[in-house]
Amino acid sequence: MTDRPGTSTYPSGEGEPLLSVRDLTVTFGRGAKAFRAVDAVSFDVRPGQTVGLVGESGCGKSVTSLAIMRLLPSRGNAVTGSVHFDGEDLLTLSDTQMRDRRGRDVAMIFQDPLSSLNPVVPLGVQVAEVLERHRGMNRGDAGRRAAELLDKVGIPDPTRRLKEYPHQLSGGMRQRALIAMALACEPRLLIADEPTTALDVTIQAQILALLKELVQESGTSLIMITHDLGVVAGLCDEVNVLYGGRIVERARRHDLFARPRHPYTGGLLASIPRLTEGKGRRLTPVPGSVADNIPWEGGCAFAPRCSSEIEVCRERTPELVPDHEGLGPDRLLRCHNPLESNPLDDAPSDEEVRA
Amino acid sequence: MTDPTAETGTSPVSPEDPDHRSAFARMGDRRKRRIDELAEAGSLSDERGVSLWQSAWRRLRRDPVFLIGAVIILLFLIVALIAPWLAPHDPRARDLIGQVTPATPIPDPQPGYPLGGDNAGRDLLSRLIVGARQTLIVGVLATLGGLFGGLVLGTLAGGIGGWVDNIVMRVVDVMLSIPSLLMAFSIAAIFARPSQWTVILAIAIVQVPVFARLLRGSMISQRHSDHVLAARSLGVRAPAIVFRHMLPNSVGPVIVQGTLVLAVSIIDAAALSFLGLGNPDDSVPEWGQMLGRAQVFFNTYPHVAVYPALCIIVVALGFTLMGESLREALDPKSRR
Repeated sequence: MTDRPGTSTYPSGEGEPLLSVRDLTVTFGRGAKAFRAVDAVSFDVRPGQTVGLVGESGCGKSVTSLAIMRLLPSRGNAVTGSVHFDGEDLLTLSDTQMRDRRGRDVAMIFQDPLSSLNPVVPLGVQVAEVLERHRGMNRGDAGRRAAELLDKVGIPDPTRRLKEYPHQLSGGMRQRALIAMALACEPRLLIADEPTTALDVTIQAQILALLKELVQESGTSLIMITHDLGVVAGLCDEVNVLYGGRIVERARRHDLFARPRHPYTGGLLASIPRLTEGKGRRLTPVPGSVADNIPWEGGCAFAPRCSSEIEVCRERTPELVPDHEGLGPDRLLRCHNPLESNPLDDAPSDEEVRA
Repeated sequence: MTDPTAETGTSPVSPEDPDHRSAFARMGDRRKRRIDELAEAGSLSDERGVSLWQSAWRRLRRDPVFLIGAVIILLFLIVALIAPWLAPHDPRARDLIGQVTPATPIPDPQPGYPLGGDNAGRDLLSRLIVGARQTLIVGVLATLGGLFGGLVLGTLAGGIGGWVDNIVMRVVDVMLSIPSLLMAFSIAAIFARPSQWTVILAIAIVQVPVFARLLRGSMISQRHSDHVLAARSLGVRAPAIVFRHMLPNSVGPVIVQGTLVLAVSIIDAAALSFLGLGNPDDSVPEWGQMLGRAQVFFNTYPHVAVYPALCIIVVALGFTLMGESLREALDPKSRR
């Protein structure tokens, strides 16, 4: 590994970070078949901050979150680097210590609210379980607190809902219930792994509004994992764009939208459908798929799909370095030939629409 | 363009979805309601919602296959329960012994004895009726025994995993490699004094590996399910994961297998009795045993063998029909 971003390249921000991920690397398999799903990812989350991890399927977003939670299967993968939470390296804790922290200090919300709830156990028991586990409450107290929590996340008639089973709830309610469970013990860090992907659009907006409100109210830090830049726009303070297991661009939210620098970020922004667009106008996708990647070792993994590829892209691996030309402070960029203008400012060029 | 709330205005709101009210709109009036409801919040267990079993029952009620099976089993249960009062004669009384001669070993059907007697002059109908009870006891106890053993082994293997899983499953593999009936014979033959308890034990042991393997399989698929991952992400401890999150979601197929195994147990018990490995005391009638004793007369008096055989077939069919339709009703793929 010659191209790992050292801690020196990381911009120091204000306040002590609550979570500090350094060189997190997750390798599946070993030997010749080894595949690096997450490759030397480093980022910080400060108290109360919302950090986005953005990228398409297979870019390593979910694996990053599972590695932080230590929820990856115990065999078949290797996790290296460090994940300091409140000064403690989560990766070196014993299983028992880590289990005590999950749900109490760090909690997680998953993508599919139906399959994330136990189908044969009434909702109340599931919410109460967390409180019994970490707060040592008895069943009665935990039940009353569970009703309060459901009420807080906007589930009407919580006492009745507590007795119901997950399949009797609507998708939005299920996700609300999962949020209630995750926030039951007031964790300091919440990881939301595509929490709105399985919901329809109206419900998505409500869930995001709810998350935003709860996070602001309690000062919880949030890691928002999503492929949806709309979600990022509404929620995140800082955005990390992942590609092929590595961070390719980091910027504050407004700066990223105003001036994307990495061609991949630009492609993601350009692919969002817009109402201002003329009728019948084709969407602008990022061409190709993750399967077209070349390994990072030999050059830029995004090069085969990149619209602004130059010769050096296939010869030398770009480093993640501070980007002073972009708009806003603390920007990081991993690109040999960054975008000079926002692709949304003018119509996409022929190169960008090539299929 | 990237503000998610901007899209909500253009999308139709489904009226039956209570989520359509905004989270903020409801915050005010909820507080008052909450106070009243807090009082009853503690009692989670009373008055539960519709469980999976209840929704399965709704489908079963309309399933003719299940209904046929259920009627057969219900009749069987009723007969077994009230057998002593239903039987027209004492199954042990040798009322027709006078008609048993070397030339005619089986008394013919006659008024009061519609099916005739057996070679000891006892009423065949009464013996069939009382035999239902014995058959039920053997079948149910053997199945419950197998179910219990299978639950213990399957939970160990699927819940703990690792080397425990390996050891348990190798034992199970060895047991499964021996044909089940042969193994039941071998176990029953170990005992110097066969009785109905040795029959029950033999059949129960034979059923254990089937249940264990089934439960282990569905426990393992549960272990990698999203809701177990979600529970783990909340720090839930391993025993709670196994007993609250994995086991209840895994027993469905095992229970279904149980109803199917009931049929197998009854047939196996009959087979053991038929081969003389059952209860040697024929004053307590049992269908398999009756069938076994009747084979000597099969050429001349086939009805003595046919009646108990028919009873075994019908009851086994009833349990099989019930089990199959139960399996379908509980199949998560066909449920909505």
